[in-house]
Amino acid sequence: MNFIEARKLVHEYIRRDEEGNVESIQTALDQVDIDIRPGEFVAVLGHNGSGKSTFAKHLNVLLAPTEGTLWVDGKDVTEEENLWDIRKNAGMVFQNPDNQIIASVVEEDVGFGPENIGIPTEEILRRVDKSLKSVGMLEYREHSPNKLSGGQKQRVAIAGVMAMEPKCIVLDEPTAMLDPNGRKEVLDAVERLNREKGVTIILITHYMEEVVRADRVYVMDQGKVVMEGTPREVFSQVETLKKYRLDVPQITLLAHELRQAGLAVPEGILTRQELVEALCQ
Amino acid sequence: MLRDITIGQYYPADSVIHKLDPRTKLFATLLFVISLFTFRNPVGLGLAAIFMACFIWLSKVPFGYMVKGLRAIVVILIITALFNLFLTPGEPLVKFWIFSISQEGLLSAGKMAVRLIFLIIGTSVVTLTTTPNALTDGLEKALRPLNAIKIPVHEIAMMMSIALRFIPILVEETDKIMKAQIARGADFESGNLIKKAQNMVPLLVPLFISAFRRANDLALAMEARCYHGGSGRTKMKPLKYQKRDGIAYAIVLGYFFVMIAVRIWL
Amino acid sequence: MILDKVDYRYSPGTAYEKHALREVSLKIDDGQFIGIIGHTGSGKSTLIQHLNGLIKATSGAIYYNGEDIYDKDYDLRKLRQKVGLVFQYPEHQLFETTIFKDVCFGPKNQGLSQKDAELKAFEALRAVGLPEKLWYQSPFELSGGQKRRVAISGVLAMKPEMLILDEPTAGLDPKGRDEILDQVAKMHRELKMTVILVSHSMEDVANYVERLIVMNRGQVMLDGTPREVFAHYNELEAVGLSAPQVTYLMHELRKKGLPVDVNATTMEEAKDSILKLFGAK
Repeated sequence: MNFIEARKLVHEYIRRDEEGNVESIQTALDQVDIDIRPGEFVAVLGHNGSGKSTFAKHLNVLLAPTEGTLWVDGKDVTEEENLWDIRKNAGMVFQNPDNQIIASVVEEDVGFGPENIGIPTEEILRRVDKSLKSVGMLEYREHSPNKLSGGQKQRVAIAGVMAMEPKCIVLDEPTAMLDPNGRKEVLDAVERLNREKGVTIILITHYMEEVVRADRVYVMDQGKVVMEGTPREVFSQVETLKKYRLDVPQITLLAHELRQAGLAVPEGILTRQELVEALCQ
Repeated sequence: MLRDITIGQYYPADSVIHKLDPRTKLFATLLFVISLFTFRNPVGLGLAAIFMACFIWLSKVPFGYMVKGLRAIVVILIITALFNLFLTPGEPLVKFWIFSISQEGLLSAGKMAVRLIFLIIGTSVVTLTTTPNALTDGLEKALRPLNAIKIPVHEIAMMMSIALRFIPILVEETDKIMKAQIARGADFESGNLIKKAQNMVPLLVPLFISAFRRANDLALAMEARCYHGGSGRTKMKPLKYQKRDGIAYAIVLGYFFVMIAVRIWL
Repeated sequence: MILDKVDYRYSPGTAYEKHALREVSLKIDDGQFIGIIGHTGSGKSTLIQHLNGLIKATSGAIYYNGEDIYDKDYDLRKLRQKVGLVFQYPEHQLFETTIFKDVCFGPKNQGLSQKDAELKAFEALRAVGLPEKLWYQSPFELSGGQKRRVAISGVLAMKPEMLILDEPTAGLDPKGRDEILDQVAKMHRELKMTVILVSHSMEDVANYVERLIVMNRGQVMLDGTPREVFAHYNELEAVGLSAPQVTYLMHELRKKGLPVDVNATTMEEAKDSILKLFGAK
């Protein structure tokens, strides 16, 4: 059973003029098929306007499909009565860390989700402790979010989602506004949640280096899924990636160019070490 | 300027006043404010001053910090005092041009100024010793009866706490946009009032756009975390009265009745 | 431009005092393309705000074209015209109803006539390569990358002799990032401007600049060509920065006994060096 199953998913943004007549239709998702198993770490890549964020918002029912079907945790997103169940089970972290923290104290923000779904007080406190610990932010529980760094704020946001004990976390470009240190902090936290707690992770990003850690990668362009596979499989197709104007990690690109120049370097090199070994043979 | 206002700023310390239930503090402030308008003579004034000094001392907030809050209202203070000074009828003491100052005017100006100062200090003790969230929680719970007459108490409380969270962010943002426009040659200082107002456009438009964008993002984020209004919500830190709240209520009520008694019999 | 022992403290005398710059001395030559790197809080943003007089140093002096900018008679508004500063996320400062009007804002503030201001705006929008058909649209309907170009041209229209960009690629996808950086490099070449690029991405900077200044804890830690700076990759690592991936690769290859050029900082250099070695074999 897949945790997420999208079949021929279509989403159109329709712009209407003042009289309600259709002005323009923009197809953001075009016949998308995506399957994600429980416990997987999946990355969705693409540049802005590729439809990846639109897809992410469907997983939390912040947007509804125009056509096609989407099941999250075996539940059809178009059925009204599934709404809160799905939102509880597929938590969402957004790009701007400032605009998703509600409370003026870290722990109160983490408690916001559980409060909304009616968890008893004692249990909320236990969950807040646990989720702050899982992202390494327990010592900041009484701090004001305004004094934290971007990476720390983003980890608080992740804790806020974790406190609802979801089966899956969707992260919509969580690192786009962070510096390299913050990016690493957030990714380490996400990876740990996936490996240690078995939380399904869907990471929407345009940074190639972040994708290397995923189990599987989907590449989207103009609303369509154009590539799919393990990071190694995807990175073996350097020319295709370039066509979609995506950034190939420097080492992978170098390996590719060396291979083109006739050296015996295998396709799909991901790390420095692999390239060193290939060259030293 | 914005940084001078101590009302609404929390001063962390470990004191009895900090630990009191926000509802107790709200009720006490209300009674204190009413009591300020009951006294007519120095005895009442003295009692109010002693009472206030006590809870300032108990709160462990430095007195200087509290007085800083008065800076923001100096103008209002002077204007009210002047009004009272010149507009209270009575036997004139001094006279010049169309103005005259009477003894009654002098007295009532003094009384008004003292009342206002006490009012500001008294209320800022509450905001200084209560986190904004506890304060809105307290308000929400204390005002819950208003739900019956269709006032959305929970929603108002939620808006207040979100506003408190975003004020520092927007202040910082204003600073950033201002600098960016100055770098493009904008001038926020010179010119007359109308010119000045016009010059604010390059600051206000981006600020509003940013505020709307943030509001939109925040609404999405809240919805994603299952927020659906006040119904069915539980509390992470529910408000519970302790023994000290009972004692505080007793003291405040006692003070209030003494003030009334002073007014009636002295 | 010369900086002589520039020192800056935030809110001196209070509990929030922060020593942001410690006696920074620098000489910036006309026409240079400079990169400033440092992690968040290293003082790089504070430093660049000194360069156009938005922040006044607590002590020390700054000379521009031989004149002391802290002199009583020195007109800071003139300085701000000559030293254009583009802030992080500059698209947040757009406010006019059309792109063209927004770009005119700077030159009009300089006291130019409507016609001259429009002329400057025209040139500036050309220089950033924004398609002419967009010029009379609202700036708020553009994509993130395009908005940013409009914002940059808003500063460019003031005809600065020096252009400073604070993280011009933050939050952009790879396509938007490459476009902006290429455009900046082109402007440097064609308009013969001094350009200062503030960034925390080593890879971005290494490809473009001729001189690199590394800031750490309010001081200039390293200053030299990218090659010289990245040779100190161990020191960079110690302060939470890193050299480009290829630099590490080359060092690892050297350790394995391959005589490659360890000073390679870009992919092209690394490729050439490796190919030379293997081609010679």
